[in-house]
Amino acid sequence: MTAISDNTARSTSSPYGEAIRQALYAALLSAGLFFFFIGLESTQDISNRLILRSHWGVLATVVALVAIGRFLFIAFVLPAVDRRRANRGPIAVVAEKDQSFLRRHRFKIMIALLVLYPVIIVSTVGMQGSLKWVNNFGVQVLIYVMLAWGLNIVVGLAGLLDLGYVAFYAVGAYAYALLGTHFGLSFWILLPAAGIMAAFWGVLLGFPVLRLRGDYLAIVTLAFGEIIRLVLINWRDVTKGSAGISGIPKITFFGWFDFNVSSPNYIGKVFDIPTSGAYYTIFLYYLILALALLTAFVTIRLRRLPVGRAWEALREDEIACRSLGINTTNTKLTAFAIGAMFGGFAGAFFAARQGFINPESFVFLQSAIILAIVVLGGMGSLSGIAIAALVMIGGMEILREMQFLKLVFGQNFTPELYRMLLFGIAMVVVMVWKPRGFVGSREPTAYLKEARAVSSTFTKEGHG
Amino acid sequence: MQYFIQQLINGLTLGSIYGLIAIGYTMVYGIIGMINFAHGDIFMIGAFTALIVFLILSAIFYSVPVVVALLIMMVVAMIMTSLYNWTIEKVAYRPLRGSFRLAPLITAIGMSIALSNFVQVTQGPRNKPIPPLVTDVYNVYGISISLKQIVIAVVTIVLLTLFWYLVNKTSLGRAQRACEQDRKMAALLGVDVDRTISITFIMGASLAAVAGTLFLMYYGVVAFSDGFVPGVKAFTAAVLGGIGSIPGAVLGGLLIGLIESLWSAYFSIDYKDVAAFSILAIVLIFLPSGLLGRPEVEKV
Repeated sequence: MTAISDNTARSTSSPYGEAIRQALYAALLSAGLFFFFIGLESTQDISNRLILRSHWGVLATVVALVAIGRFLFIAFVLPAVDRRRANRGPIAVVAEKDQSFLRRHRFKIMIALLVLYPVIIVSTVGMQGSLKWVNNFGVQVLIYVMLAWGLNIVVGLAGLLDLGYVAFYAVGAYAYALLGTHFGLSFWILLPAAGIMAAFWGVLLGFPVLRLRGDYLAIVTLAFGEIIRLVLINWRDVTKGSAGISGIPKITFFGWFDFNVSSPNYIGKVFDIPTSGAYYTIFLYYLILALALLTAFVTIRLRRLPVGRAWEALREDEIACRSLGINTTNTKLTAFAIGAMFGGFAGAFFAARQGFINPESFVFLQSAIILAIVVLGGMGSLSGIAIAALVMIGGMEILREMQFLKLVFGQNFTPELYRMLLFGIAMVVVMVWKPRGFVGSREPTAYLKEARAVSSTFTKEGHG
Repeated sequence: MQYFIQQLINGLTLGSIYGLIAIGYTMVYGIIGMINFAHGDIFMIGAFTALIVFLILSAIFYSVPVVVALLIMMVVAMIMTSLYNWTIEKVAYRPLRGSFRLAPLITAIGMSIALSNFVQVTQGPRNKPIPPLVTDVYNVYGISISLKQIVIAVVTIVLLTLFWYLVNKTSLGRAQRACEQDRKMAALLGVDVDRTISITFIMGASLAAVAGTLFLMYYGVVAFSDGFVPGVKAFTAAVLGGIGSIPGAVLGGLLIGLIESLWSAYFSIDYKDVAAFSILAIVLIFLPSGLLGRPEVEKV
């Protein structure tokens, strides 16, 4: 552990001696760290008293794995990385002009693939089998893509660190749930209403924090997010507290047909096709895809408008921004409002999809996940964020599917339990390995003359 | 009146625990300018270690004097949390020190998620109750003061004195204060900055471990998710007192504890966390440098 940054010593002597030493250190450290937490487990016995159960075998395995991992890392991975770095030479500044067809049209191809995704799934695994794939991988990932793109406006473009984004998601979800169940209004009316309401809350919460910057802003937004969640839990007359709101109406297709088997306008009856639960899921997939693409479209367009330029200027340097006569108050508030609006849309969609919501869906962890996706994707880069959402959320969903792991670790092994643990570790590892995110483009859209080699990528942020 | 004093005492007890955690936040923020988001979970690790040590002690010995048991729990918890915080700093924060400001905050959040879920996976998701360690309650003019409250007060005062001595009178504390003011200059003058930062993390973790042990003793129960809310409240305390200021952290902790217990007593127990979070927001908005903090100078 001590020689993490000690690059010179490694190249002169044989790497194996050093690697073995490091592996021993790592083993010792992990034995210390895990002795109480993996080696011993506190469980209740029959009379509900806590007793200790020991797992020395597991502890030994984990320690051995850490040691082996450390050894391989020092002995093989690091020299390989060094060699590559040495051979690479200066980075080519000018991008290649003649790109292949695939590269030039990669966004169109991506969108086409996304549109065709349910069709491909249905044709390979059938209607009933497609449910899981479209829902867990399609809809679930796209919700996070949309949320992350929405948050990207606040964090990635305007540089305002928001740790309470999930509050707007909650506002949208509860707006649809309450108005939908009490007044029977249609989703298509309530979707904009939820967006407007969330935007209103965005301004309301944004207003007091205008003067704050960086970490302080993050903490206050976290506090606001928690306050909204706690109010949702405790304001039982309206929100029914932790019991949540159930029976949230499903979305209809503009009144033409709907997805309730018992209703006269059921899609199966209208089109004379067999009853299946998959229609609704596929419909939801296209809806969230449309909403997400709308978010992306608006973001791309806004970046070219004066307000988008002002956001980016604000992110780069607030003081310079103010000196140039940009109204930072309005700039910040619009960023909060527009980001919150997309959160509200996503929330309304979420409520309609689940049919049931309670405050448990809007915990701080969700904000952290969304923020992690934005940062890991490389703030400001839409495609990077989409990739990050796919990797992080899709990866968590895949873990759920890995039932074969039970054969390796025994029947009691439940991969779901490890999802958040791995998510947390992945956040750390990706951040340390690639601090600028997977794609990592944060250059301003507009330049005075040309993009310089030392650009905003290296400036500090969090000053917004 | 008696009821009020009773709540005052309860609040101060709670506040001492928050204060002990808050010192860890405030020191780390002072020295490297980052919010160590995982600190609340370090506190939880401390409480859990204390629990496991307690179980080991009660499994091996038929009966241990409570003072000895508490001391052993505390010391082992301090060692464990120090080990954790030291490793976390080394693995997750140090490589990102020169990076952009958000980077260490993200890894800290990742670490926080990883730690609480690690404990959930290895120790199970349920609450872990232990039989009460200290049960004596004294009655003074109609106000009941339990022995555990006295223990908490005494331990806090002793530790804070020790801590004050460490920071203000030793060369280590001088190095810490130097790094806080100007890390580069401190390095030029021969202060080992990396080592000082590591020690800061270890000191913060040790205090969090003591807070965890006291928490376990006071409430008699701990769960994997117990790090988040006390963590955020302690951070609130640190901000309220003025981040970077150690007496401020203690003062802020006591105030938060008082507000929370008085709010629960006189208004609504459901909204006590709302009160704490609202105070955080209000303080940051109207008094960003806290009660005892120095105002931050804006450098262009």
